[in-house]
Amino acid sequence: MGILSRSEADQLASLTKGLTDVPFVWLRKPEIGLVMVRGRAGGTGAIFNLGEMTVTRCALQLEDGTIGHGYVQGRNKQHAGRAALVDALLQQQGGHHDGLLAMVIAPLKTREVERTGAQGRKAAATKVDFFTMVRGGDPE
Amino acid sequence: MSYVAVKGGERAILNSQKLVAENRRGNPKVSELSLDQISEQFGLAVDRVMVEGSIYDRLLGALALKQAQGDALEAIFLLRAFRTTLPRFGVSAPIDTGAMRVRRRISATFKDIPGGQVLGPTYDYVHRLLDFSLAAEVSVGSAEANAAEEALDPTMPRVIDILGQEGLIEEEREGGGEVFDLTREPMTFPAGRDQRLQNLARADEGFLLGLAYSTTRGYGGAHPFVGEIRLGEVLVEIEPEELGFPIAIAEITVTECQTINQFRGSAEKPPQFTRGYGLTFGHCERKAISMALIDRALRAPELGEDVRHPAQNEQFVLPHTDNVEANGLISHFKLPHYVDFQAELQLLRRLREEHEAAKDAGATQ
Repeated sequence: MGILSRSEADQLASLTKGLTDVPFVWLRKPEIGLVMVRGRAGGTGAIFNLGEMTVTRCALQLEDGTIGHGYVQGRNKQHAGRAALVDALLQQQGGHHDGLLAMVIAPLKTREVERTGAQGRKAAATKVDFFTMVRGGDPE
Repeated sequence: MSYVAVKGGERAILNSQKLVAENRRGNPKVSELSLDQISEQFGLAVDRVMVEGSIYDRLLGALALKQAQGDALEAIFLLRAFRTTLPRFGVSAPIDTGAMRVRRRISATFKDIPGGQVLGPTYDYVHRLLDFSLAAEVSVGSAEANAAEEALDPTMPRVIDILGQEGLIEEEREGGGEVFDLTREPMTFPAGRDQRLQNLARADEGFLLGLAYSTTRGYGGAHPFVGEIRLGEVLVEIEPEELGFPIAIAEITVTECQTINQFRGSAEKPPQFTRGYGLTFGHCERKAISMALIDRALRAPELGEDVRHPAQNEQFVLPHTDNVEANGLISHFKLPHYVDFQAELQLLRRLREEHEAAKDAGATQ
């Protein structure tokens, strides 16, 4: 679910293009709301409220009763709907589990790894190499 | 003096708003800004609006900036107003900045730190010279940054925790009880650390910067070292009721600053460094350092220091940090005060008459 939540809306849309005719009913139509993000003083101490972020959530049910939940960052209702649909299909008994993992989840994971890897390599290029200056000529 | 209702000006107001829209658009021959352009190319402006508007949503921040013609305070006000229209789904688990995927991490106190000094994207070491190649509007060469062969170690220990292992710095311990929420409860004094940190996180950057500056110029005696600044992405984890297990729903960018301050000891405890903490959404280093300095200054009573300066006084600092409130009161002075002023004017005229009369009476005696 985390991978679906953190996916980019465009990428999830293009990866799930083939899932348009899956029948389902909404248990909770996509709705936009806030989650209060918390931090800790000093990183380890007292908990405090840092600020809120937008989140869109929904829940749906497939014809066989399987329930899927979608939680995504931001305000894109279609994005949350797609995340919930994939979540439901992944849980369906004898369904498309392996196919979906390969078709949707794996490319999303790859994308996340590529993106973070590229950022990590660019950050690494800004690491400081300290060297010690040699002062004057050493007296023999 | 009875209150006199005044109506009118509706057409003037409507037309004024149309004029704002026209000014906002500017010359129609110049292409219009898209939210993506603002979010991508005015990223730091969006970061400021998000942290002070107290909503992490890049496109909302960009929209607010577009609507406000780039006026940060107006944009922050728009975001704060928008948040009141949304329900709250819940609260996250505290973000783990120790597990941050670091893009920048520096320490001003230790040269050799595990993971190294990583400059990341910074203006710290550039000359402040205008770059006229940016005025050309055609990219000269690629803006692509260099990449190393190996990516950084995805997580790096916090520098300050290294001092902590030796007991040289005070430990930050988990507090208990309810977490104060300024969006739901009025400010109360004495304020807990949770209330102060939330207040400072939403605070106006300029106000905090000025106050933080005052602490280093003899009005607070902070003697700070920046133990660490780190910028990067952290996971936001929530546990929805209907699921019963936590999911990492998002990755957000945050800046964290930990300062190391003058040491204290007591009869029971050996001397230790003390600390201040700053945390912001996005990349807002100036704000994070200022926040850490003010956090430390406000801890004066807790650390047995005299409260002698403005930055140490929470009843002075906390009610004045919020630029939406401050702007509201200061800006209201330009709205019609005709009746109030008439009353003052009448009073002044009467006082002057009395003054004249008294003077005349004195002269005739």
